Amino acid sequence: MDSIILQILNGLDKGSAYALIALGLTLIFGTLGVVNFAHGALFMIGAFCAVTLKKILTLSSVVEDPTKTDFLGKPLKVATPYVESWFGEATGAALIDWAVPLAILFSIPIMIGVGFIMERGLIKHFYKRPHADQILVTFGLAIVLQEVIKAFYGANPIPTPAPAVFRGSFDFGVLLGFDPNAIIYPYWRMVYFAFSAVIIGAVFAFLRFTTFGMVVRAGMADRETVGLLGINIDKRFTIMFGIAAAVAGLAGVMYAPINSPNYHMGMDFLVLSFVVVVVGGMGSLPGAVLAGFMLGILEAFASMNQIKAIIPGIDQIIIYLVAIIIILTRPRGLMGKKGVMEE
Amino acid sequence: MLGLNKKDTTLFLIVIGMAMLAPFILNPFPEGSSLAQMFNAGYPDLMQRFVIFGILVIGFNILFGLTGYLSFGHAAFLGIGSYSAVWMFKLVGMNVLPAILLSMIVSGVFALLIGYVSLRRSGIYFSILTLAIAQMCYNLAYSVLGNPSSNFNLTNGETGLQLSLNDPRILGSATTDGALPVTNLFGAAMRSSYQWEAGSWLFTFNVGYYFSAIIMLISFYISIRIFRSPFGMMLRAVKSNQQRMNYTGLNTRPYVLAAFVISGIYAGLAGGLLSSMDPLAGAERMHWTASGEIVIMAILGGVGTLIGPVVGAGFNEYFKNILSKINDDILHTWLSFLPDGLENLLVGFLHYFVGKGWHLTLGIMFMLVIIFLPGGLVQGGQRIAKLFSRKKDGQATPPATQTPAE
Repeated sequence: MDSIILQILNGLDKGSAYALIALGLTLIFGTLGVVNFAHGALFMIGAFCAVTLKKILTLSSVVEDPTKTDFLGKPLKVATPYVESWFGEATGAALIDWAVPLAILFSIPIMIGVGFIMERGLIKHFYKRPHADQILVTFGLAIVLQEVIKAFYGANPIPTPAPAVFRGSFDFGVLLGFDPNAIIYPYWRMVYFAFSAVIIGAVFAFLRFTTFGMVVRAGMADRETVGLLGINIDKRFTIMFGIAAAVAGLAGVMYAPINSPNYHMGMDFLVLSFVVVVVGGMGSLPGAVLAGFMLGILEAFASMNQIKAIIPGIDQIIIYLVAIIIILTRPRGLMGKKGVMEE
Repeated sequence: MLGLNKKDTTLFLIVIGMAMLAPFILNPFPEGSSLAQMFNAGYPDLMQRFVIFGILVIGFNILFGLTGYLSFGHAAFLGIGSYSAVWMFKLVGMNVLPAILLSMIVSGVFALLIGYVSLRRSGIYFSILTLAIAQMCYNLAYSVLGNPSSNFNLTNGETGLQLSLNDPRILGSATTDGALPVTNLFGAAMRSSYQWEAGSWLFTFNVGYYFSAIIMLISFYISIRIFRSPFGMMLRAVKSNQQRMNYTGLNTRPYVLAAFVISGIYAGLAGGLLSSMDPLAGAERMHWTASGEIVIMAILGGVGTLIGPVVGAGFNEYFKNILSKINDDILHTWLSFLPDGLENLLVGFLHYFVGKGWHLTLGIMFMLVIIFLPGGLVQGGQRIAKLFSRKKDGQATPPATQTPAE
C-alpha cells in the first residue's frame, strides 16, 4: 500500500509538468488551431528565466580585502552581491535564496511578451497554411530558440536550487498513519504539485467565470459567429497565446530545481506533452490535465522494480504505448470532442 | 532512355554526371590553399554522407512528397538498417552486399508493421503516432535491448554496436594481424581510395563513395519511375483529396502503405550504407531530432520534387560541414578589410552563427525556407530561372501559377 502511494506521489510532479505544458498546448490548439511544436521551447525559456533571475540577483561587487589572504597569498577577493549591499545582508541573502519563486513574477511578463511576439510575428501568417507547415515552422522556431539559449548559457545544465526551506524531504507516510520512513517525499515536489494545481485552477476559473473567458470559449466553439457579432476574436486569441506561453513558462520556472535547466529540456518534454495532448483529446482542456497526471503516474508505476522485472523496459515505453493504443482505439482521446481533427 | 521522357532523362543524366564527377566538382580549390580547407568537400567521408543522406531523403520524399503524410519518425528505419547491417558484419562476413540486403529487408518488415498501425490515422495523428513509435524504438535500443550485461544485447546501448575480434563471421576470412576486418565489396575495401594529383589539385576517388553513389543513382531512377507511374499518380491523388478517393470506392490505404514501406526500405538502405562505410551503429541515429533533420533536409530541397531531396541533403550536409569549420580566427582574416572596431563587433556577432552555432544558422535557414519558399530551394531556383527567362522574352505575360510539385 505504501509503495503504491509513493509511486502516485512520484508521478505527480512529472504529471504536473506534463499537465501544465499540455494545457498550454491545448489552449493554443483550441483557440488558434495551431499545432505548436515550439511549446517545449517556451517551457525551457521559463526555466531559464529562473536561471537568469538567479544570475541577476547574484551579480556582485568584488572588493579586495587586504586583511585576509587566499591560498596563493594574494589579498582575498570578497564578492558581495549588490542586493546584499542594498537591502542589508539578511534580506539580500533571502532574496537570492528565494530566486526561483521570485522568478515567477519575473517570468510572467517575459513569457507573455515572448508569446505575443511569436503569435503576431510568425504564427499569425500560418493560419491558412496546412498543419504540416505549422508543425514545421514551429519546429524550426524551437531549434532556433534552443540554440540561442545554448549560445548564451552554454550546453551544460545549470543547477538552480530551491529555497533552503524547501530543500530536503519529509516523511509523508507518518501523516497518513504509515510507518516512519515508508514514504519520503521531497518538499519541493509537493510545492510543485500545489503550484500547478493552482495554475490549472486559475486557468479554468479564468475561462469559466470571466467575460473574457466566456468570449474565448465562444470563439473556440465557433470562431466565425463570434467574429460576426462584432467581437475582435483575433485579439483575444493572441492574448490567450500569451497566457498559454506564460503557463508553459511557469511550469518551467518551478521545474528548474527538480531538474537543472539545460537547453534541450524543452525538446525532451515536447514529445511527451504531445502524446499527453493526444491521449487527453485534441482541444480538450480537462482531458489534457487528466492525461498529464495519468501518464505521469503510469510512468512512475512502470519504473517500479517489481514491474520492470515482469516486462523489462516498460518504463521507457509505457507512455508511447498508451498513446498508440488510445490513438488507434479512440482517436478523439479520453475527453476529446467528436470531430476535432478527426479525418 | 530507360523509359523516361526527355526532361527526366536530362535530369537523370545531370545527376549521374554530378555524382560521378563529384570528386572534381567538390574540390574546386588547389590542395593546401586556405580556400581549400574551407570549401573543399571532396573528401570521402563527406561525399559518402551526401549520397547516403540523398538516398534517405529521396525515400522520405516518396512518402511525404507524394502522399503528404508527414512521418516524424523516419530515423527509426535508418537506425534499424544500421543495426542490421552491423549484425550482418558481425555474424556473416564483411561483404557489404548481404549487409545492405538484410538492412533493407529488416527495415521493410518494420515499415510494414509500423505503417500498418500508424496509417490507420492521418494528419497530425499520423505524425504523432510515427513520432511515438520511433521514440519507443529509440528508448528500447538505448536501454533494454542494449544492456551489455544481459544475454540479449542487441544494440549495445550507449556505446553503440561495433565490430569486435571474436565475432563469429562465418564467411569471413580469419584476420591474423589482430586488426579489425574492413567492410568490402568482393575484396574492394570501402575505405580504400585512389588519389590523383593533377598539378596542385588532389582528387580522391573513394570506393565507398562510388558504391554508394551508384546505389543512390539506382534509387533515384526508381523514384523517378515511381513519380511517373500510375502508382505515383494514385499517391498524389491521396495527397490532394483522400476523401474524394474514398468516395469513388477506392481503398487508398494499400497504396499509402506501399509508399510507406518503400520509403522505409530506402531509409534502411541508407542506414545499411552508413554502417558499411563505418561499421558502428548508435541509438542516437534513431532519436526524434534525427527524424526532424530528415524532414528539414526534405523541406530545404523541395518536397514533392524529384531533385529536391538530393539538393536538400547535399545542401544540409555541406553547410553543416562548412559552418562548423569556421571559427573566430577565420572570420577575422575574412573581415580584416574593415576598421578594427567594426570588425570585432561583426566577428562577435557572427560568432554565434558559425562553429558550434551552426545549428542556429541551419534552423534560421529552415524557417526562412518554410516561410518564404514552401517549395524549397528548387522552387527558389525555378523562380530565379523564370525571372531571367521573362526578362529575355521581354513579354509581360503573367507567370502561370505553378504548383512546386513536378
